Amino acid sequence: MSAHAKDPMLPRPFRVEKVKRELSDTFTMELVPAEGGGFSFAAGQFNMLYVFGIGEVPISISGDPGEHERLVHTTRAVGKVSGALDALKVGDVIGVRGPYGIPWPVEAAFGRDLVFVAGGVGLAPLRPAIYQAMANRERFGKVMVLYGARTPEDILFKKEIERWRGRFDMDVAVTVDRATGKWGGNVGVVTNLVAKGGFDPQNTTAFVCGPEVMMRYAAQALEKKGVGRGSIFVSMERNMKCGVGLCGHCQWGTHFVCKDGPVFRYDSIADLFSIREL
Amino acid sequence: MGQPHDLGNIIDAHPFFDGIDAELRTLLVGCAANERFEPGEFLLREGKAADKFFLIRGGTVAVEVDVPGKKPIILETMGEGEVLGWSWMVAPFMATFDARATVAVRALSFDGKCLRKKMAADPALGYAVMSRFVPVMAHRLQQTRMQLLDLYGVDAEGGKKKKKGKGD
Ligand SMILES: Cc1cc2nc3c(=O)[nH]c(=O)nc-3n(C[C@H](O)[C@H](O)[C@H](O)COP(=O)(O)OP(=O)(O)OC[C@H]3O[C@@H](n4cnc5c(N)ncnc54)[C@H](O)[C@@H]3O)c2cc1C
Ligand code: FES
Repeated sequence: MSAHAKDPMLPRPFRVEKVKRELSDTFTMELVPAEGGGFSFAAGQFNMLYVFGIGEVPISISGDPGEHERLVHTTRAVGKVSGALDALKVGDVIGVRGPYGIPWPVEAAFGRDLVFVAGGVGLAPLRPAIYQAMANRERFGKVMVLYGARTPEDILFKKEIERWRGRFDMDVAVTVDRATGKWGGNVGVVTNLVAKGGFDPQNTTAFVCGPEVMMRYAAQALEKKGVGRGSIFVSMERNMKCGVGLCGHCQWGTHFVCKDGPVFRYDSIADLFSIREL
Repeated sequence: MGQPHDLGNIIDAHPFFDGIDAELRTLLVGCAANERFEPGEFLLREGKAADKFFLIRGGTVAVEVDVPGKKPIILETMGEGEVLGWSWMVAPFMATFDARATVAVRALSFDGKCLRKKMAADPALGYAVMSRFVPVMAHRLQQTRMQLLDLYGVDAEGGKKKKKGKGD
């Protein structure tokens, strides 16, 4: 057993192999283990990324769980540490702890329609589950990706979405709140896409990821359509320190988001969703 | 205009009037017409009489506001299975937005004046129509609120509490 596996607080060094700008404030980083070896994770899990001397932040893994050579993270720079991640260059080394957390229950959804509802940068933590679903395509009914962004310029993974759209075995719908430029697609909030349906509500599992307000409305729209609370999963975020259930920093009601989540079944947290200041 | 029989079938095929009583449906048919709009054609014009509403059967309609000297701002796009327009129910019956076909649109239109008269005379029809429009209006209101909230923006999570969702 390696020292990193033994001590969950000990970061493992990873080298930045590639950086891709996705949006003005969002980038995708590919990392490789500086000391060799691979990296396994399940879709929906996150890592604690440590920029030496600056700090550590939880960031979901946005790559393909079938790929073990490279670790992929998509981050929006919003503050001190995420901003420092944004400033990294190819060859720089950061510390990685993880993978942590409860993943998206992709396999439990075998035999059902699978609907991904994403808002903004929330598409990134869902992408590994989309890859996994498409790698097991024959095991699902319909696979739908419903994605909402603020404007066409804020659409994440644009080229990849285009490729998904081109597939005959996947339904992809994108909507923006505000149309700009030559946008000829849907305008309106992402819940409208849910309302349009196209899936069998009784036999649908839905994975929802985005800002908390968006997830709340999306879950309500899914419920209204007939999808049971027990078949809806959301991915939560709370401020974290240890990432492994030791410090209590990420406590949310009776849950620790780092170890009981970040993916929660909606019926287990729906009540918390409506409690303010929690 | 299509035959009453066809129009009845079209009403049945559209989710908006799902489950409507056959007698009431006959009353609706008397106010309905089948229409087609070419790309760029307007279904409704802001400030003009809102004398119709539409059940969209195919194509896409952009609901938009004209901004002088600029491109219109699209508030929402609507498509098959959706219903467009409720100003025909609200005095002074003026459209509050433009509605433009962005591609060829097939729709069933209903004459507002005709329907208002029938609804006033027959409360059961009035209730059947209103109880279908109120959720549409509530949905529009909620949608507008969500757009104001800027659901995917950093501000959507409000303040410095860091109770963030992943998309913000
Ligand atoms: C399980 C989990 C998974 C996550 N996955 C991702 C991911 O895949 N990609 C990603 O970009 N982020 C993700 N986050 C959010 C990320 O951890 C935070 O954005 C990060 O911790 C912010 O730290 P900072 O030092 O950069 O900002 P700070 O300096 O701590 O904060 C600066 C300012 O930014 C605000 N702020 C903090 N976090 C956010 C936020 N998320 N959005 C908007 N404003 C914020 C603060 O309120 C503060 O005003 C995830 C969080 C969790 C808990
Ligand atoms: S971050 Fe320490 S308990 Fe969750």
